[in-house]
Amino acid sequence: MKFVLNDELIEDNTLPSDFSALRYLREKRGLTGTKEGCGSGDCGACTLLVGALEEGELKYSTFNSCITPVQSLDGKHVVSVEYLSDADKLHPAQQAMVEHHGSQCGFCTPGIILSLASLYENSQASDKTIDRESVCDAISGNLCRCTGYRPIIDAGLSMGKESAWSSLADNTESVKAKLASLQGDAKAANNYFQPQTLAEFLTIKADHKDATLVAGGTDLMLENTQRFHDFGVLIDVSQINELTKIEDNGTQLTIGASVTYSELEQFSKTRYPHLYHLLERIASRQIRNRGTIGGNVANASPIADMPPILLAFDADIQIISLDGSQRTVSIHDFYQGYKQTVLTEGEGEVIASFTMDLATLADFHRFYKVSKRMEDDISSVMLATRFAVTEGKISDLRLAFGGMAATPIRAKKAEAALLNSDVNDEQALSNALAILKDELTPLSDMRASARYRSDMACNLVRKAWLELNGHSIPTFSGHPVSDASLGYELTSNTSQSAQQGGASHA
Amino acid sequence: MRKLPNDLTIQKDNAKVAGQTFNNKLKQPIHESAKKHVTGEAIYIDDMPEWPNELHVATGKSTEAHADIVSINLEKVRAYPGVIDVIVQSDIPGEVDVSPVLSGDLLLAGDFVHYIGQPIFAVAATSFRAAKQAVELAEIEYKIREATLHPKESLARQEFVLPTHTISCGDVSAAMASAPRKIKSDLYIKGQEHFYLEGQISVATPTEDNGVVVYASSQHPAEVQKLVAKVLGVPVGQVLVEVRRMGGGFGGKESQAAVLGCMAAVLAIRNRRPVKYRMPRQDDMVQTGKRHDFWNSYEVGFSEEGEILSAEYDMVGKCGCTADLSDGVIDRAMFHADNAYFLPNARISGYRGKTHTVSNTAFRGFGGPKGVLLAETVVEEIACSVGKDALDIRKLNCYQDGKSKTPYGQEVDENVLLTLMEELEESSDYRARRSAIQAFNKQSPFVKKGLALTPVKFGISFTSKHLNQGGALVHIYTDGSVHVSHGGTEMGQGLYTKVAQIVAKTFGIDYQRVNVGSTRTDKVPNASPTAASAGTDLNGMAALDAAQTIKVRLQEFAMEHFGIAAEEFAIEDDTVSLAKETMSFPEFVKLAYMNRVSLSSTGFYKTPKIGYDRKAAKGRPFLYYANGAAVAEVVVDTFTGEYKVTQVDILHDVGASINSDIDIGQIEGAFVQGMGWLTSEELSWDEKGRITTNSPANYKIPTSADVPEKFNVKLFDRANSEESVYRSKAVGEPPLMLGISVWCALKDACAAMSDHTFSPPLSVPATPEAVFYSMQAAKEFSAGAVLNSEKSVKSL
Ligand SMILES: Cc1cc2nc3c(=O)[nH]c(=O)nc-3n(C[C@H](O)[C@H](O)[C@H](O)COP(=O)(O)OP(=O)(O)OC[C@H]3O[C@@H](n4cnc5c(N)ncnc54)[C@H](O)[C@@H]3O)c2cc1C
Ligand code: FES
Ligand code: FES
Repeated sequence: MKFVLNDELIEDNTLPSDFSALRYLREKRGLTGTKEGCGSGDCGACTLLVGALEEGELKYSTFNSCITPVQSLDGKHVVSVEYLSDADKLHPAQQAMVEHHGSQCGFCTPGIILSLASLYENSQASDKTIDRESVCDAISGNLCRCTGYRPIIDAGLSMGKESAWSSLADNTESVKAKLASLQGDAKAANNYFQPQTLAEFLTIKADHKDATLVAGGTDLMLENTQRFHDFGVLIDVSQINELTKIEDNGTQLTIGASVTYSELEQFSKTRYPHLYHLLERIASRQIRNRGTIGGNVANASPIADMPPILLAFDADIQIISLDGSQRTVSIHDFYQGYKQTVLTEGEGEVIASFTMDLATLADFHRFYKVSKRMEDDISSVMLATRFAVTEGKISDLRLAFGGMAATPIRAKKAEAALLNSDVNDEQALSNALAILKDELTPLSDMRASARYRSDMACNLVRKAWLELNGHSIPTFSGHPVSDASLGYELTSNTSQSAQQGGASHA
Repeated sequence: MRKLPNDLTIQKDNAKVAGQTFNNKLKQPIHESAKKHVTGEAIYIDDMPEWPNELHVATGKSTEAHADIVSINLEKVRAYPGVIDVIVQSDIPGEVDVSPVLSGDLLLAGDFVHYIGQPIFAVAATSFRAAKQAVELAEIEYKIREATLHPKESLARQEFVLPTHTISCGDVSAAMASAPRKIKSDLYIKGQEHFYLEGQISVATPTEDNGVVVYASSQHPAEVQKLVAKVLGVPVGQVLVEVRRMGGGFGGKESQAAVLGCMAAVLAIRNRRPVKYRMPRQDDMVQTGKRHDFWNSYEVGFSEEGEILSAEYDMVGKCGCTADLSDGVIDRAMFHADNAYFLPNARISGYRGKTHTVSNTAFRGFGGPKGVLLAETVVEEIACSVGKDALDIRKLNCYQDGKSKTPYGQEVDENVLLTLMEELEESSDYRARRSAIQAFNKQSPFVKKGLALTPVKFGISFTSKHLNQGGALVHIYTDGSVHVSHGGTEMGQGLYTKVAQIVAKTFGIDYQRVNVGSTRTDKVPNASPTAASAGTDLNGMAALDAAQTIKVRLQEFAMEHFGIAAEEFAIEDDTVSLAKETMSFPEFVKLAYMNRVSLSSTGFYKTPKIGYDRKAAKGRPFLYYANGAAVAEVVVDTFTGEYKVTQVDILHDVGASINSDIDIGQIEGAFVQGMGWLTSEELSWDEKGRITTNSPANYKIPTSADVPEKFNVKLFDRANSEESVYRSKAVGEPPLMLGISVWCALKDACAAMSDHTFSPPLSVPATPEAVFYSMQAAKEFSAGAVLNSEKSVKSL
């Protein structure tokens, strides 16, 4: 493993495969500015920046170092809080935090500084102004128990107003040179492999049949940090070229398994706003920078947020086995039981990508996630729904849920009850909801009661149906609500739903 | 040569000095560690360099809530690579009881366990991971006993950790019987996890004389010191505890931090090696106590106008398996069950329910919030019953002239609450917003809005009288720099900054000259915990006293040396005036030193006037009250119960502020923490007594997106009428209860589903699920009412 840590070139081939970046900094480098608040990706005290060359430019993003294997940072520039100041000079994020009293106990502060620094550097690079929403987005994975965030948000909004000196900007060229010098180095890996191509992956996997796959590590690493499990060989699929692409070939959309949430957000922002808004509700900025779609699907959690969406769009999953052969499995057949999938360990199968028909993606669709907290929370219930309407009738639909069964699941009986009904047939809706109540029998846990989950399943379907019928109903998110967004009247016939291929209101 | 004044002794007049106020128009010092925080240079215990031979601790935990231990087999644990030492209760050299006040908290369990997570044995290993992996290998056999898990069960079974206490005034039953209207109901209030960002941690290093030095993340170093000495069986003086800063405390490190210091110390002494005990987050959430759950049942009688005539409250706290600090917590809940409202006739009983769960402990507000929430629920219910805006009921019942005695007999003599509420009502445009919301709700089928203004009156002083003392130690060095030690600890609240300001102001010198050093038990002995919001009141006053002692000495020296009169001496703006002459502070100090003037002094303070007679249940537990009020507005999605807080306006009384930036920071932080307690933070336990919310993945404290965009916080500008330090008021805890405005606003939005004809019960915390079912209840009530009126029309 070789990478640039702040301004130092690091080479270390002595580490366990699952050794976290946080432990590496604190225990091996004495860089104790970075803190551990939870060790599970939830608090952001351990936030670092990773910089990589993208088309010749250095781009920085945040990640949770507590659940990131340090060896996954091979070839990158890793930045901790120690890098940002120089004697008396402070980075704009630091300066603003001091001036706005953004720290009290200070334990969350280094993590917050890095999240704000990333926002600052990226806004400088792209000339985007920093607004409240971008600040909250940047620190969505940073918990602060002392300040109540107001001064932190104010600090974020005023970065650069006092001084614009930035160690990151100052040293871009020298970092670029250092990173360039790392390119093409032979990897001396022994327990952590980071193949760049599928072919490379297959060779490595053949040599290490028992190796565990890791992408962002945002699920897998919790085994290491919370259950103290020691992994053997890890093969990191996040950099495999073929797995990191999003492609639109005119009839189908293909999303690589190693595409991160942040990448999918970028792609969907204008094309698929409903998908974009749901992605914003998944985890935090730090987690979305590393977590992948493939990891979410393969992890097979019944409360994962992507599977219901893939179910709604009838996605196909391309799976590649050890001998390089590919098979395609429909998402509808992928889950076999609680945390069980059709992937066969022995064959060394890996998910390559997901495909969806553009025509399906053009149908009216809505995604709703219900959780206790808007940012960085796991769904109690998640509904992904799609309706196709032909001549005033619902000609096709999917009602796909997370949190309602042992796997992500479709409510097929309720779907059947609505199929071919008039789009505005309230009786058909009522029947379907009555059926839905019996069809899915969720569990109670610390996130929600079974009763609430059932009631939500029905109410969310009702909400989607009303939206299909042209009602504009706000869906709350991490963003502030304005009175304008609280539309409480029936919108006109040219509503969004109609434009998206939904029904125009009868 | 001038004539010598006759009398060279000066009377120290602390009250006069402290009676001045800080000028808040001037730019205030920032938090003393702000720059170190943002650069990562601030050192927390886990950041201290480790010795190569340092050991790491993990504990083996009970998996049963209530059981006898039949057998323990630790063979595999001992054999695990990296394990150096394994101890059980009998290996503790001194006493095994580490309770803060009473008894029952054992460092390691003996032959029985009384909560899931209770430590049974401890491992010291060469790495943290090895220790954690090793403890999993223990084989422990239990004989299971019946467990009490809910405070309702404790009450039914009369299982209490301590005797019940009752406060009463007037003739409750007569007043209740004659009251025109009555409400009888109950409210279950869930507790709260502290979630300080820095988990519990201590490092112990053995000294050459069988003592230890303990670096602790504790709000109460003196108690850590005392308990470490106790478990080691050595004199207290052989133990030194140092606390530079905590990464948050919130009460969670008042009593419960000591266990870590004790465990590390025992293992350090046994192995003659430095030992670190850091709880990973999950252990911290399972093994340390939280805010108490409360089950409150109440009956109130009131007039047709909504004036409270009689109140009977039964408050059962879920103390957990031992007393810990619960006596004080339940008392404070009772002392605050009136909140801002005059109760002419009242009976308030507080029960210390014993449950087989982790022992609950101090948490910002220390029981107070559970009393205040009860009081606010009662006024909301009354308002609905008499069909008035809840604010009118609040103002009607608010303490004021002629209605100023609390149920425990203390006079609320500083008449600020009503003024403060009215000022906020005005500045937040409450009435106009109320009508706008009513209009909105009428025509909005899918979302509803809610609004509430809630006050808080919070008593300041420890309810245990002896804790109301503070100590400090001040030195001036020959270059004019000043070093201060005091008994208080820094957990982010800005205490060190304020104490430095106080010392600088008392001397009349530049703030930059003053350095506050880490809190050490060998500098200031027997200090009280930094708690009860009293950190600045006690330690600031003690530091002022020490500074005054030195300043008087300097003055006496100046009078003698320069032959000037007392009033010709002054230190102001960092300059020493000696009649017509001036001198820089360092020059003057140097001169005093050369003339053998002592430049060091201790300082001491004890809170005057207070005293509560427990037998009579009457007295003055508090020196004064801190007051505040908040208006919250919310909007709720009726499909799911999800909501957003859209605006919050706060007006809060900190007396004459010492540092308004720090005070506002405390208010905002406390508000958001209080809001979290009542909204997204839900503790959950399974039927076995296991806590299921054991990680931030399933326990959700607020994020920045939960904080309203419109968040206006103002200080109510009025000096404390009591002689507090520079006429300031305590600020740590009181504003937490301003978060109750959010809960009341949510309740208001739910009631809108019934057009405010019904006050639907709303669980605490008000998660989206709770809000959803509260709305359902209101909706069903309305539907039922319509049905009934239809029926009655038909039957006519
Ligand atoms: C704080 C936090 C918040 C979270 N919030 C959410 C949330 O709101 N919604 C949600 O759905 N999830 C959430 N998660 C879970 C997690 O982030 C996601 O499931 C994420 O998508 C996992 O992707 P990854 O790349 O990190 O997977 P990894 O952890 O790397 O891998 C997960 C599993 O998938 C396997 N795997 C990975 N890639 C492949 C592949 N290409 N082929 C076959 N197997 C593969 C791995 O072997 C492993 O078993 C959260 C996690 C954290 C820590
Ligand atoms: S330590 Fe909490 S997210 Fe990493
Ligand atoms: S300042 Fe203490 S957690 Fe943020």
